[in-house]
Amino acid sequence: MAEKTVGKPIKRTEDPRLIQGLAHYVDDIRLPDTLHAVFLRSIYAHARIKSIDTTAAQKLPGVVAVYTGKDVAKIGPVPCAAALPDLKVPDHRALASTKVYFVGHPVAVVVAESKSAARDAVDLIEVDYQELPVALDEEKAADAKSPVIHEQFGTNVAYKLTAGEGDIEAALKSADQVIKQRILHKRLAPIAMETRGVLARYYPGEQELTLWTSTQIPHLCRTQVAIMLGMPENKLRLITPEVGGGFGSKLNVYAEEALMGWISMQLNRPVKWIEGRRENMQATIHGRGQTGYIEIGFKKDGTLTGLRYNVFADMGSYFQLLTPAIPTLTGLMLSGCYKIPAIQINVTGVFTNKMSTDAYRGAGRPEATYVVERALDLVAAELKKDPVEVRRKNFPQPNEFPFKTATGLFYDSGNYQGALDKALKMADYTKLRQDQQTARKEGRLMGIGVSTYVEICALGPSAAMPAGGWESATVRVEPTGKVTVLTGASPHGQGEETSFAQIAADELGVGVNDVTVIHGDTAIVQYGIGTFGSRGLAVGGTAVYLAIQKLKDKAGKIAAHLLQVDASTISFAEGKFTSSAAAGKQITIQEVTLAAHVAKSLPEDMEPGLAATSFFEPKNFTFPFGTHIAVVEINKETGEIDFQRYVAVDDCGKQINPMLVEGQIHGGIVQSMGQALYEEVVYDDQGQLITGTLMDYALPKAIMIPHLELGSTETPSPVNPLGAKGVGEAGTIGATPAIVSAIVDALAPYGVRHLDMPLKPEVLWQIINKKSAGAA
Amino acid sequence: MKKTISVTVNGVTHQNEIEPRLLLVQYIRDVLNLTGTHVGCETSLCGACTVMVDGQAVKSCTMLAAQADGSTVTTIEGLAQGGELHPVQSGFWEHHGLQCGYCTPGMIMASAQILQRNPDPTDEEIRHGLEGNLCRCTGYQNIVQAVQCAAKKMKSKSVAR
Amino acid sequence: MIPASFDYIAAKSLDEAISLLATHKDDAKILAGGHSLLPAMKLRLMQPKVLIDLGRIKELSYIKEEAGQLRIGAMTTHFQVETSDLLRRVCPLLPETATQLGDMQVRNKGTIGGSVAHSDPAADWPAAILALDAEIVATSARGDRVIKATSFFVEMLTTALEPGEILREIRIPGGKGKSGQAYVKVRHPASGFAVVGVAVNLAADGGKCQSAGVGITGVSPKAYRAANVESGLKGNALDAKTLSAAAAHAADGVDINSDLYASAEYRKQLATVYTRRALEIAASRLK
Repeated sequence: MAEKTVGKPIKRTEDPRLIQGLAHYVDDIRLPDTLHAVFLRSIYAHARIKSIDTTAAQKLPGVVAVYTGKDVAKIGPVPCAAALPDLKVPDHRALASTKVYFVGHPVAVVVAESKSAARDAVDLIEVDYQELPVALDEEKAADAKSPVIHEQFGTNVAYKLTAGEGDIEAALKSADQVIKQRILHKRLAPIAMETRGVLARYYPGEQELTLWTSTQIPHLCRTQVAIMLGMPENKLRLITPEVGGGFGSKLNVYAEEALMGWISMQLNRPVKWIEGRRENMQATIHGRGQTGYIEIGFKKDGTLTGLRYNVFADMGSYFQLLTPAIPTLTGLMLSGCYKIPAIQINVTGVFTNKMSTDAYRGAGRPEATYVVERALDLVAAELKKDPVEVRRKNFPQPNEFPFKTATGLFYDSGNYQGALDKALKMADYTKLRQDQQTARKEGRLMGIGVSTYVEICALGPSAAMPAGGWESATVRVEPTGKVTVLTGASPHGQGEETSFAQIAADELGVGVNDVTVIHGDTAIVQYGIGTFGSRGLAVGGTAVYLAIQKLKDKAGKIAAHLLQVDASTISFAEGKFTSSAAAGKQITIQEVTLAAHVAKSLPEDMEPGLAATSFFEPKNFTFPFGTHIAVVEINKETGEIDFQRYVAVDDCGKQINPMLVEGQIHGGIVQSMGQALYEEVVYDDQGQLITGTLMDYALPKAIMIPHLELGSTETPSPVNPLGAKGVGEAGTIGATPAIVSAIVDALAPYGVRHLDMPLKPEVLWQIINKKSAGAA
Repeated sequence: MKKTISVTVNGVTHQNEIEPRLLLVQYIRDVLNLTGTHVGCETSLCGACTVMVDGQAVKSCTMLAAQADGSTVTTIEGLAQGGELHPVQSGFWEHHGLQCGYCTPGMIMASAQILQRNPDPTDEEIRHGLEGNLCRCTGYQNIVQAVQCAAKKMKSKSVAR
Repeated sequence: MIPASFDYIAAKSLDEAISLLATHKDDAKILAGGHSLLPAMKLRLMQPKVLIDLGRIKELSYIKEEAGQLRIGAMTTHFQVETSDLLRRVCPLLPETATQLGDMQVRNKGTIGGSVAHSDPAADWPAAILALDAEIVATSARGDRVIKATSFFVEMLTTALEPGEILREIRIPGGKGKSGQAYVKVRHPASGFAVVGVAVNLAADGGKCQSAGVGITGVSPKAYRAANVESGLKGNALDAKTLSAAAAHAADGVDINSDLYASAEYRKQLATVYTRRALEIAASRLK
């Protein structure tokens, strides 16, 4: 009998192939006769294309074809799934035709026998551009005087949206005080270590196109690419092999995916495109990109009365799949883990001459958490109260769940005090504050930052999602007793091959290694949604669980038939069916499975086989939460930051595999550290991408990161039978405010109350230096 | 003008005619079809392409295949010996030192070199040693633990001998 | 990722390399470890027609004492410098610089000669080379030419090497009396290059500074000797006050770089602070 595995740190079943270099990412798949595609991309942020001459490129030996915008006009537009009222949707085509809108905008594609020939030919294409004035800053671009990017709209404002509940004017009026703060969320590059890549193979006889692509959403991508190519969806097979990270950047449908399919259909040969890193930084979506204005109203005792957030959201020049929807997620989460009676968000979505923004780990929610947490710190500073006390004062109590927010959400379950208290204890907060007193007396700049966050996960109820929020699973017990799980989730590092196997193994009483989890092939797996929004386990895992319940129900009936007892007397545990009506008799799941397949003795009217499918539709989102505490010391002479402690207590509901949970938290926190301290996509005033390689765009390295101290609490979610909430994005949501708060706290003696990320040493030094100079 | 090179990779000697501009990583991946070695940046920074050339961990994207003529190369596929995982590989598995797995082959090769030179490293020394390897998933903490675990395994092995 | 086409010739000897360079002239580039050249070629920022690889010339890889000098062959890798017992004993500044350069893999393959000849304004070696008063031996069909480090770095990516010359060796003069050395740097968070790198080589006798070499990289379009820092030290007792006062002149008289990470004003501050730290460490090692 297999041991129970749920709740245990089981080693991942996917690892053996990965640690031996035997896994297959897109570029590792080799087909005979494959052609290679390389793009020519715009070197200007905004320009009219006067002419393109591809003659020389076409003549280069090895070159098979060169395509420009006019050649590919039949490919339908790149889709945007966000449906907002009065949304201006630009016509986003696979290649630019008359104008280019950002540096990296694809202008032409060369297809050749070798990648080097294709690359050489790109240098031979001549494009005559007429440069146009650029609109880059989301706030300035919204101004009527700004150069307009999409002339047909006459404005760069893509949409305006107001959301929230409660009378915000009255709420702010009723406050003893209102604090206003401008706040920036800079653009970030997701930088999955594997760039994007597509391999397309068309069989003209069968009229079947197979696409191997590095995506988080195989089925949605197939549907959309089929629409773009005008082909029947069931003639398009999309395979997601190993995916080297996504972080939201592959929760999308890109022009290149459809274009490779189209090229393969033109040339009747396989064609492959592997994105370079510089291309990736120019032409894979960016995240964040907001300039906002906070107004927070509060009473003298720290009670919050209302929050307004007016935000200019940088769309980039085109919409990708969810571009305009991301700020709406910010709006949803503006209550944080606090009681705020009235909340309003006013979003102005603005086109700019830059790559599109879209979902990057957290997708709109880190922005919300950052806004709320910064606001709480501002309130605490104004009232000269401990930031912890202001938070505690506004928490809903555990018995107030489900808790309704003024953003229209019902938080499923929570114990915010519990996580906070645990984190304070782990960090020895009281002692830290004493140490800080001592440090300040000694002239040292020590800072402590606390963030208490809640996030929205397990996306989500379909009614609230652009294209379905459910997830599917089929569970089969094969005649030999091995278990096959087909999931619509599409893991790319989260370890769901293991965690789903744990669920199946425990439910069926088999070993984890008896379970194979198959995902990411639309020809094998029933329709699914994919992996994003911390939904894999809580939605996809639940579908697995529910499919197994159906399957067990059927197996139980077969068992009863075989044991010659009434089905109502059957129970199942540890892989065996027993009957209260027949003591001592039992039959294993394997025996039942064989019987189901051999089908010689089944209950009347029962279909043979042992498989079940579930499409799980969640009734609500889930709301994980936690407390993060950062402790820093800043060098007065250089502004350099030394992390002294980092403590995080996260509650993601029931944990299926705590080792995987910790891994997700680690990774998220470190991405947050990147955002807080280093990362920023910078375009210059001509729209040139200054941070165009990893030599300029700083990802955190091992040496830059402190040891993280993790703890957890476990408040099960009532939304799904697993009690799981989701954890993929917690780190990126909870950590950023804690780090910024710690640094601001360290500089409090200089009167600092807020600073915008990334908090580079120079920014800090300038503050210290100016004040010191002023005092001198 | 093409060049003929002879390179011994994971114990097998290969002779190929190549373009001088062919990078070692392209030779390994596209000529020899050993696709465990990955490309992650373009600028010699991410270390996903790390392999051993004559016992030295190098970034195979920053070396021409022609430069490796006559060399002995070990890639991630050649690290496990006799069907047994290298201690670093086991360490990564046991301590969840990988998520998406893309940086992993390079991380493992670099870690193997760290331990070869310093069998008893501090966490700080491991982090310093991995400066040339980027990971976007793990936050590095479990990687450091994985390397420490491998160090222990290697030590107990050498004691057993 | 794919360089433009070129011809590749692996020189078997230094003489062959010299003659190949004489034949191909400006069309050719010398390939040492490749860690400066190949990245530029992959981005097609450089497109030489011929690469002359020195990698097979064993005679260019050595670290030895000769004629009262330390002599380091151009093809010596950063790692060989980092782990050289001889250098750790007699010139620890070089291993200390090497260990902070690039990363482990880069140090394994990259060479001191290649890096110095490339003269990147944020490379680490030039600071140490300058602080140590090194000489650079360039060789060509005309024979050897010895160039003082102080006149070697001409400007960004430009050295005193003349057409047809190959950097063959780096010579470090032998120390006089007690010496104290140190290299400290501010790493750029992305590239790892020096935002500021300061190499210090002090000699003292009877508590007084006899000679001081202070090389600074990353601050200016080319690495430089901080003359005013050095003059503030020479002849003085190396107490905290002297070191601090001298360090204040770290960026005297140079054009200061400015980029996304550090403005000129901030870079100057970093140069001052890191120079003081380097001096303090070096002075402490005198004891």
